[in-house]
Amino acid sequence: MSASLTLVLIMAALYATGVYIMLERSLTRVLIGFVLVGNATNLLIFIMSGRPGSSPIITGTASDADMVDPVPQILMLTAIVINFGITALILALVYRAWWLAQLGDEGDTLTDEHATETASSAEQDFRSSTDDDAAVRASLDASDHDDASDHDDPDDHEDPDDYDHDDGAPARPGNTDAAR
Amino acid sequence: MNLATVLVPLVVAIPLLGSAITLALGRRTVTQISVGVASLTAVALISATLLVLVDQQGPAVVHVGGWQAPWGIVLVVDRLSALMLLVSAVMLLGVLLFAVGQGIVDGDRETPVSIFHPTYLVLAAGLFNAFIAGDLFNLYVGFEMLLSASYVLLTLGGTGARIRAGVTYIVVSLVSSILFLSSIALIYGATGTVTLALLAERIPALPGDVQGILGLMLLLAFSVKAAVFPLSFWLPDSYPTAPAPVTAVFAGLLTKVGVYAILRTQTLLFPSNPFQVPLLIVAALTMLIGILGALAQADIKRLLSFTLVSHIGYLIFGIAIGTPLALAATIFYVVHHISVQTTLFLAAGLIERVGGTTSLARLGGMLKAAPVVAVLFFIGAMNLGGIPPFSGFLGKFALFQAGAQLGTPLAWAVIGAGAATSLLTLYALARAWNMAFWRPRREVENYDSPMLDRLTDDPHDDGTVVTKTVSPLMVGATAGLLALTIGLTVFAGPVFDFAARAAADIEAPSDYVDAVFPGGAP
Repeated sequence: MSASLTLVLIMAALYATGVYIMLERSLTRVLIGFVLVGNATNLLIFIMSGRPGSSPIITGTASDADMVDPVPQILMLTAIVINFGITALILALVYRAWWLAQLGDEGDTLTDEHATETASSAEQDFRSSTDDDAAVRASLDASDHDDASDHDDPDDHEDPDDYDHDDGAPARPGNTDAAR
Repeated sequence: MNLATVLVPLVVAIPLLGSAITLALGRRTVTQISVGVASLTAVALISATLLVLVDQQGPAVVHVGGWQAPWGIVLVVDRLSALMLLVSAVMLLGVLLFAVGQGIVDGDRETPVSIFHPTYLVLAAGLFNAFIAGDLFNLYVGFEMLLSASYVLLTLGGTGARIRAGVTYIVVSLVSSILFLSSIALIYGATGTVTLALLAERIPALPGDVQGILGLMLLLAFSVKAAVFPLSFWLPDSYPTAPAPVTAVFAGLLTKVGVYAILRTQTLLFPSNPFQVPLLIVAALTMLIGILGALAQADIKRLLSFTLVSHIGYLIFGIAIGTPLALAATIFYVVHHISVQTTLFLAAGLIERVGGTTSLARLGGMLKAAPVVAVLFFIGAMNLGGIPPFSGFLGKFALFQAGAQLGTPLAWAVIGAGAATSLLTLYALARAWNMAFWRPRREVENYDSPMLDRLTDDPHDDGTVVTKTVSPLMVGATAGLLALTIGLTVFAGPVFDFAARAAADIEAPSDYVDAVFPGGAP
């Protein structure tokens, strides 16, 4: 079995930095470390396919002896997907830990004021916020047409999309001011 | 194409399908419950059928997608797998009924209903997948499925204590998963396959040092999951914070998957048993240090978590000896320990509901308040402690007999450690029972005893006492599982005979290899 030295070196560097970062106390750093170590492991699997060669499976393009071993690629693909899912989960965990650290248990009671809301009132709020968004978008479009010549900031178009339709209330007044 | 090969994939497919349905019907609690119960009942029935079929006809092998073994994914159910499937399906069903009975149903914010059932079924599917996996990578996928589900279940509701406990658990599990995946990569590099049956032929042909490294890496990865000392530190801190039914499932089944993986890989891939001496030492340390930890606990759930770690030592002891008798005893002990530990954690959940706490410092007079719970916990405790004639005694006796047959001084030392652990388990649990149930209620205030001086309470326990009602279903589920452990005692003969046949299977892997490669290994 012959493998590329470059890949081995990259793998070693990823393992080393990943483990080092994982040893820190901050959860975000643990996550970064996990991503690095996970990718190092994926590379390790890839290295185990041996020498480089032409694409496997596609018939007629290469002889059997020329092909690269496809099995590690399959294993790697599965491992990537699993790592992706776990990373998403840890991100949610990091966010939750941050929330609790910033707001404590009071952070949870903050949402309780919405607990009395009925579905219809929530829907009403939602509808009015979409109306607001539509109005803002219209005014933005209008202002774009007006001062397109002296104002070429492309970010204007993206602002309305940044609204969090559910509870993005704090962001709204600032943005509408900017739009005006 | 016989019946067994049709049934094998269903044990994974049914829970996954059930999970999808329960996820889609998140707002209909009743439908969710019935789908969950129906899927697990179906799997339990299928497993029972498989157990009978496999016992008569030999291992059932399924080549997924029609791809033949070394290239495709292969699912294998032999006697050991079938037994593990059946026991875990029954346990999962019992705990689900308990959870339904408990107010996971009562719309508690700490345990959101809508996500519990789908996650629980994914956990079940991952567990079953690990038991029927015929190749290392599929075993890894099974592990990841059940671990991902367990991450969610452990941090259910996202309270501060659970996030703290969850972070420890998740980071430790991630490290062990990475280790497992790396060892799979190295094994593939060394042998060019991940199919267990083919590895059974190729790994013994490797040079001894390469075998040693590969075996040790696998062993380390699985030991973290099985909570073998010194890799068990994470368990008592993370398990007890979860809701009672979740803790029961974790305690009963999650560590045993690790043990199953060790049992499978060590017997099939490393038949020369190269790690006998280190495993024996680790087994003794796991038993003793685990149980000494249990003695220092004032919280019943933490106490049980430490006994859980401690009794993993017995299983490692059996695997280390590696003779057919030892393996049979290990398999019997796994079944015993899964059922009794799950039952005890459910009983602890009942204590928590009735007494409002699991801290021994504040419990008392429970015998009058809840005589049924007292009996349930007492029988479970006696069984775990290894009082004759319960199955705990039989399993330990068989293990010690196998150790005595090995006859080395180290084996005798481990037997001594095992006997001491058994007595200390009895002491710890009897003390817990005495204080919680036997002691009159009025003695709880200002109770002072030298026994309490060295106890440490649960660090997250803030001393609040919340009494909730107990539904008959919860008591019923616990009693049902307890009846099962007693059944394991009454029918110990047939069960042990089956365990002996399963042990003979894994002791001589040629049957396993022949079943996967009918025409001989390529």
